Amino acid sequence: MPCGNKKCTKQIKQPLVKYDSIHITPALDEVAIWNILEAVNDPEVPVLSVVDLGVVRKVEVVDGHIEITITPTYSGCPAMDAISMDIRLKFIENGFRNVHIRQQLSPAWTTDWMSENGRQKLKAFGIAPPNPKQQFCKDELFAEEAVPCPRCESYHTQLLSQFGSTACKSMYRCLECKEAFDHFKCH
Amino acid sequence: VPTFQLFAFTLHLADNALILAQRNAEWTGHGPVLEQDIAITNISLDLIGQARNFYQYAADLYNSFSNDEKEAVQHLIPRLWKTFNRELQEDDLAFLREEKQYLNLLLVELPRGDWAQTVLRQALFSLYQQVVYAQLKNSKHPQLAAIAEKSGKETAYHVRWSSEWLIRLGDGTEESHRRLKKAVQDLWPFTGELFKPAPYEQADFGLDMALLKNAWQQKTAAVFRDALLEAPQQTGFQHGGKEGRHTEHLGYLLAEMQYLQRTYPNAVW
Repeated sequence: MPCGNKKCTKQIKQPLVKYDSIHITPALDEVAIWNILEAVNDPEVPVLSVVDLGVVRKVEVVDGHIEITITPTYSGCPAMDAISMDIRLKFIENGFRNVHIRQQLSPAWTTDWMSENGRQKLKAFGIAPPNPKQQFCKDELFAEEAVPCPRCESYHTQLLSQFGSTACKSMYRCLECKEAFDHFKCH
Repeated sequence: VPTFQLFAFTLHLADNALILAQRNAEWTGHGPVLEQDIAITNISLDLIGQARNFYQYAADLYNSFSNDEKEAVQHLIPRLWKTFNRELQEDDLAFLREEKQYLNLLLVELPRGDWAQTVLRQALFSLYQQVVYAQLKNSKHPQLAAIAEKSGKETAYHVRWSSEWLIRLGDGTEESHRRLKKAVQDLWPFTGELFKPAPYEQADFGLDMALLKNAWQQKTAAVFRDALLEAPQQTGFQHGGKEGRHTEHLGYLLAEMQYLQRTYPNAVW
């Protein structure tokens, strides 16, 4: 379906399922739910799915309803509201309307929940993936975590700021290839 | 824990975070360098998120209260909301309460001052939040414990950032040291309130005020030592914010922060 604007060549994606007046919920098991969630991407880091990010904590099918429990990455992360809405839309697109999304704070999200697949995708996107928390998350002042450059792999890098373009990232620069890059920081 | 105490204490935690977030946000576009502009506003964002979690909990509590319980917290409920005929929401608590209904520490409402004052206040407050959240994490109130667990991880970054700045300025140039020393003189009188319990804090939330004070003093002293600063030997402290008696500065802050919701009640994006 072409976009309404004549000059625009963008195609608008058709919903996978068309609705008529009778609402039919297809059969669904937890594996299928996880597969649908795999297609919901983080709005700020679009190469990561919400599953890669580790924010989906639980999925259940209860009396024909889908119950999804998610946990925020950071308390103030504006992406969380968008993620809830995107999950809902993705399920509607697949023919499921009865979706309940619950937010749970404890146990608190950690970068250790990010999938290996997610880490690879981040690196390919130019963001240095988080190091394992137990080894690298430190309170020590002026301590610098050794973060390899996602482009040239050099460890000859320097922290510019603990805070970056989103709550979950810090800023680094590579002293070898001279590129600045984001690092998904330890949490 | 009696409902009044639980509700007031939750608002107190939320107000501390929200008011400091609003203050720090004044640096947006005015930070000394781009990276630090982004850092201080990132801290604001974390604090707003924490405040939202506490306000949502407070609103849920209120909506589930019996009539008697609602009556007991009436003086903390925004008047304008009562005309809305719907359940209490987080935004009502943030944008419609009046000055005297705010229960934040005086420390967080003071003007941002120069960069030395901003980073000193952040360090004093973040070190305080860190010890509070560490204790609250084990609270018998599951939702308070969950918010504390979550928030504590974010606070670790705030402590680190602000402590490093204290050391950078305190052990920096003559001018940076002078400014930081001045900031210590200005802000120190507001640190006594941190450990002077308000009536609602005397309920059992799992906080031990004496231990809190001790932990905070030790952490603060360690950073001050590296920053070549001395904590004033002071006995007279300002207090009142926790019980709704504020400095003149809070009113101006609220006027700006609440303008939109007061002019266009229930406006949404």
